[in-house]
Amino acid sequence: MNILYFLIGCSVLLALIFLMAFFWAMKNGQNDDTYTPGVRILFDDDLPEKHEK
Amino acid sequence: MNNLSTQAEPDALTLCYHCGNECDEEQYHFEDKNFCCIGCQSVYKILSENQLCNYYAYNNTPGKTQDEASSHYDYLDEPKIAASLLDYADDSISIITLYIPAIHCSSCLWLLEHLYKINASIVNSRIDFLKKQVVITFKNKEMSLRELVIMLSSIGYEPLISLQDVVKEQNKVSDRDLIKKIAVAGFCFGNVMLLSFPEYFGLATFEQQFKSFFGWLNLVFALPVVIYSGRDYFISAWKNLRNKVLNLDFPLSLGIAIMFIRSLYEIVSGTGAGFVDTLCGLVFFLLIGKWVQQRTYHHLSFERDYRSYFPVAVTLINEEGEKPIPMDELKVGDRILIRNNEVIPADTILMKGDAVIDFSFVTGESAPVQKVLGEVVYAGGRQINQAIELEVIKPVSQSYLTSLWNNEAFEKKKKKKIDTFSDTVSRYFSIVLLIVAFGSAGYWMFSDTAKAWQSFTAVLIIACPCALALSSPFTLSAVLSIFDKNKFYLKNTAVVEQLARINTLVFDKTGTITAPEGFRISFEGDLSYEDQCLISSVARNSGHPLSRELVKWMKISEYFPVSEYQEIPGKGIQGMVNNKLVKIGSASFLNIKSEKKDTGTVYIQIADHYAGYFSFRQKWRNGLKELFATLGAKLNMHLLSGDQDSEKEFLIPSFPWEENMHFKQSPQNKLDYIQKLQQDKNKVMMLGDGLNDAGALKQSDLGIAVTDNINNFSPGCDAILDGAGFEKLPQFIHQAKDAVKVIHMSFGISLTYNVVGLYFAVQGLLSPLFAAILMPLSTVTIISFTSIATHLFARKNKLI
Repeated sequence: MNILYFLIGCSVLLALIFLMAFFWAMKNGQNDDTYTPGVRILFDDDLPEKHEK
Repeated sequence: MNNLSTQAEPDALTLCYHCGNECDEEQYHFEDKNFCCIGCQSVYKILSENQLCNYYAYNNTPGKTQDEASSHYDYLDEPKIAASLLDYADDSISIITLYIPAIHCSSCLWLLEHLYKINASIVNSRIDFLKKQVVITFKNKEMSLRELVIMLSSIGYEPLISLQDVVKEQNKVSDRDLIKKIAVAGFCFGNVMLLSFPEYFGLATFEQQFKSFFGWLNLVFALPVVIYSGRDYFISAWKNLRNKVLNLDFPLSLGIAIMFIRSLYEIVSGTGAGFVDTLCGLVFFLLIGKWVQQRTYHHLSFERDYRSYFPVAVTLINEEGEKPIPMDELKVGDRILIRNNEVIPADTILMKGDAVIDFSFVTGESAPVQKVLGEVVYAGGRQINQAIELEVIKPVSQSYLTSLWNNEAFEKKKKKKIDTFSDTVSRYFSIVLLIVAFGSAGYWMFSDTAKAWQSFTAVLIIACPCALALSSPFTLSAVLSIFDKNKFYLKNTAVVEQLARINTLVFDKTGTITAPEGFRISFEGDLSYEDQCLISSVARNSGHPLSRELVKWMKISEYFPVSEYQEIPGKGIQGMVNNKLVKIGSASFLNIKSEKKDTGTVYIQIADHYAGYFSFRQKWRNGLKELFATLGAKLNMHLLSGDQDSEKEFLIPSFPWEENMHFKQSPQNKLDYIQKLQQDKNKVMMLGDGLNDAGALKQSDLGIAVTDNINNFSPGCDAILDGAGFEKLPQFIHQAKDAVKVIHMSFGISLTYNVVGLYFAVQGLLSPLFAAILMPLSTVTIISFTSIATHLFARKNKLI
């Protein structure tokens, strides 16, 4: 059962990595604007020559 | 479109391709598309030349009408002013964040992020949609800040640059710190739960070796929760204690501390498992409650004052010519130039030019005022004629308008804290809690010392008012989001409780109870059908709002050609129709004696013969009479107006409290009036719209700014109400009262939980498992109860 020490160590380490990743994302401002990127991704990259209606 | 169909069906709507407004008869055509004005058409031209017509593909008619004359941006070339606006600048590039009120749909987003296609000097532009801000990086060698702003204005996205820097003030506010604390608490909470479960399910004999390992690991996780995440509770409790105030943070921090100490003791001594999971859960839930409460509206500002109405710079005239200078360098004796549509920043004397000034923002009086040379012109007015020259007689900060902000109502604004229900309860709660804790400790002290320590700590742990602390935030934030859906935006959650206490309502007139568009038009005099055609023919040449309204109201489809048409700004219009000279305008324009002194009157003269006058009165908002009747049944009603009392007779039928109706009120009068009402122990809610109400809004217990476009300027206030939600005012008040009821009920529920827990705690019988179940259970009960009850009440009040 001593393997538990190792496994718990692993799980805590993994959780810590995720926490750090979250902090990094916060610092990068990824959560500052949660609305605009969702709209932005829907735009087409290339432009049609002229839009006719 | 041919003439036949226009005549047969004059109301057939042709919508502007750019802004969706109804096009008048004289349409602007370009590439088979109709535009309502030259502004819209030129925006389309720019976009189509740069192949940006996708703008119109994402939304129909995404633009805004281009009717406002753009201001002058010469001051942006002044290095000092530019430097204060830029976020960053080096030898090659500059970065600026601009606030653009016109941002409203995905097309705006698309266009503003493709600015580089219009001008290659723009490196990058990013929008923050909810804040309506755009961050633009541009090459400062190739493009100046002024050129950038002019380009933005030319495509219909004029940035708002004012003395009060909205952008920088908004960006100061950040809840990143709190989210970090929640993340840490959540991380520790999850891990501690994982490590606590084996203990609860029971460990076999051969697994006992893990017991202390798990315990120590739990302690390690508890450290950041107490020291980092829970820090604010200790600080706040300590500060309040020093000010001799007992708030809810005191029992909370006491609970956290005791839980940690007892867990530390049990784990180190090996006598138990401690309460680490309860501790982490508690802090985690508390912080979430705090976060819910701190929700803000990024696109609204509740703290605006006169500075956000004033421009950053003003044009100074000296020996060397015209030169823009920053507003704070303006001195007494300076001579300044105010162009059409610019705001007068200080009290001045008119030196040169024809001053026709719109003081609606300051006085609430909607009609422009004419000034003669040598007359004093107060700050805050907007010139609506050709450029004028003025001499400054008082510094900006001491003018008639701004002196309102020196009033003590603004001095003490930081201290204006709303006394919430939870503040009141927690005072008693803390005292009772301490009595119970010491009582049970004292009881056991004589028989069993160990039990005395156990029961003392158990009481403080179990009575930790987690559910109590969450009742208010969750209820009030649910109310906030319900109000928000009905276009009523509150500054913070405490305003809801304040709204429930209101017993006196004070309304401003113009802009608050009047609708933004449309007039009640009536004519005094005699007009033949031919005369009407003549008037309509002349009036349709004019772009003046009153002329447009008049044409719409007369509904004449026959037109005659007009020659020698002339428009004299601020006075009137004239033209020759069917060989008759038709003059429409003010009394002085027609050289007659005016019959009425109020300015919503337009006189008519046909072929030197006086025909009568039209009076334009603003329309009341929909359902105003019913609204007053409903509100008046329960609350004291007052009405204050900066206008003349010419509307009084029209108001009496819907507003029967004549003695509470006051006209010609200056901003200071309004403030004093509110103060007087408060001295009689009234809780006053003020509804106003302009700068002239700013003092009254501040002084009142609850100031609501009513606006028809929430992106427009609104003075400092506690809440912003969109004109569309004005009719729902009684429902809002009712919902606020119901919310307070919900809080009372959920306090009852959480106190029941506390009493049950205390029953075991005073006997020293509290097990970690019991605490670990009771705490989350009570929390979940409270969160679900408050949100369900609030929504049920909202349905009853017809708000959802």
